[in-house]
Amino acid sequence: MLSWYAFNGALEQGFVYGLTALGVYLTFRVLDFPDLTVDGSLPLGAAVSTVAITAGWPPALSILAAAAAGFCAGAVTGLLNTRLHILHLLASILTMIALYSVNIRIMGRPNLTLLGKPTVLDAITGLNLSYFGAPLFFGIIALVAGAALVWFLSTAFGQAMRAAGDNPTMITAQGVDTRTMIVLGVGLSNALVAAGGGLVAQNQGAADVNMGVGTIVAGLASVIIGETVLGKGGVLRGVAAALVGSVLYRLAIALALSFKLGSFALTPSDLKLVTALLVVAALVAPQLKTRMRRR
Amino acid sequence: MLTVSGLTKAFNRGSVNEVAALSGIDLTVETGEFVTVIGSNGAGKSSLLAAVAGNFPPDRGTIAIDGRDVTAWPAHRRAHLVGRVFQDPLKGTCAGLTIEENLALASRRGACRGFGPGVGSADRTRFRQLLAPLGLGLEDRLRDPVGLLSGGQRQALTLLMASLVPPRVLLLDEHTAALDPKTAGQILALTGDVVTAGRLTTLMVTHNMNQALRLGNRLIMMHQGRIILDLCGEEKAKLSVEDLLARFYALKGEELASDKMLLT
Repeated sequence: MLSWYAFNGALEQGFVYGLTALGVYLTFRVLDFPDLTVDGSLPLGAAVSTVAITAGWPPALSILAAAAAGFCAGAVTGLLNTRLHILHLLASILTMIALYSVNIRIMGRPNLTLLGKPTVLDAITGLNLSYFGAPLFFGIIALVAGAALVWFLSTAFGQAMRAAGDNPTMITAQGVDTRTMIVLGVGLSNALVAAGGGLVAQNQGAADVNMGVGTIVAGLASVIIGETVLGKGGVLRGVAAALVGSVLYRLAIALALSFKLGSFALTPSDLKLVTALLVVAALVAPQLKTRMRRR
Repeated sequence: MLTVSGLTKAFNRGSVNEVAALSGIDLTVETGEFVTVIGSNGAGKSSLLAAVAGNFPPDRGTIAIDGRDVTAWPAHRRAHLVGRVFQDPLKGTCAGLTIEENLALASRRGACRGFGPGVGSADRTRFRQLLAPLGLGLEDRLRDPVGLLSGGQRQALTLLMASLVPPRVLLLDEHTAALDPKTAGQILALTGDVVTAGRLTTLMVTHNMNQALRLGNRLIMMHQGRIILDLCGEEKAKLSVEDLLARFYALKGEELASDKMLLT
């Protein structure tokens, strides 16, 4: 079974990647905009944050810089879609591919270490929390970000953004330019993801240009698993589902890694397959539920 | 006041599927006038409304609302002047948002949307007072998602939303066509009330000649992208469905005579 250590690690990962899950929730669920930019904006955030810290910026400020860079990346996808009329999925793939080169330019090489550099985690090292520290710290960050997102989506502006995803005809008739909403919404989503990327880099002590591969699937898995557990409906529930789902997803991965049957054991390279199966299972679960009820 | 002059629009221009939706429409609707628009399928009724709402730029002609030329304005920019109710009851409201959130969105039609709370407690009180006269019990369901409502309830809500900020022009595009007869009657009665109470300048497209005669103080008939009949005041009030049909056939003229021959 799962060791206490592995459980803590999964919790920590779940919260660190919580921001990513929130970003994916914003595009997939709120804006109805399948956005793959995130695979590029997570390493973008990591790169910007790492470079900023290396240049002597305070770690917290470097996260804000990462978010700003992520916003720009998302806005590019939004503009490609709304102004140049490129299909949303393709627009996001184009930005994602372009970011690969951009990220290497930012770092000057494919990866950059933060060894011996200050990180946001320095804030809690003096508190003597042993291995509870990191999960607690990132848990608080994830909760604050989640609360901020709930607040934002309940403002007059946020409501209009939700309406743009729900019913473009209606919100246009109410005087809102859906194109603006898509650009800002996808931008905000990628700002969250890039901030998450900055946290990931600081947590693991390095940024790598390939660290974003599969971000979208992991984020989507989190959102869907969370919805399977908490149900759908309402912003509060959606945001909570994304965060709960993120933790459950990392727990499921940790559980899969601890799985042993005789001499057979799963390795980290099997995780993509496990993730894909998890998403399929989470997608099928509601269908099975209704089919059972009908019988 | 709405002024449309020389409005022309062809869809799929230059292809074999080219359709002349509007062929030089001239129409002036005075403030407070309630115009019903009838005509056969493809006559250009919905295109006229869509052009006024700004869904597409016309090929030729101009549209002015209260003297302001809005021809080049996109739909969202005209929204502060125009209220709309669609044929599809699902089009006018957001299913995933609650009743109060939908009303709040409509209460800011064309206005700046900031970062204050979307729905305040003062809003809630106001929305309850607005919904109560509908007699649908919606005033006690402010926090229910609109997706839970029936088509008729959603259409009533859309009508309320379209008039929440009094529009300079209200556009109703066959807004009762998708409803059962009883619900359609209720929505129609509500339409009359809302238009009269706000003295709204209104264009209402309908397929139902009875509706067209009963409501409003002016009636226009469209055919092949043109206005072929325009009656108001006494002339409209005296009209019966039979008269209307007779004039319809007379005006459609030869083309219809040949249709008739084909049918008999």
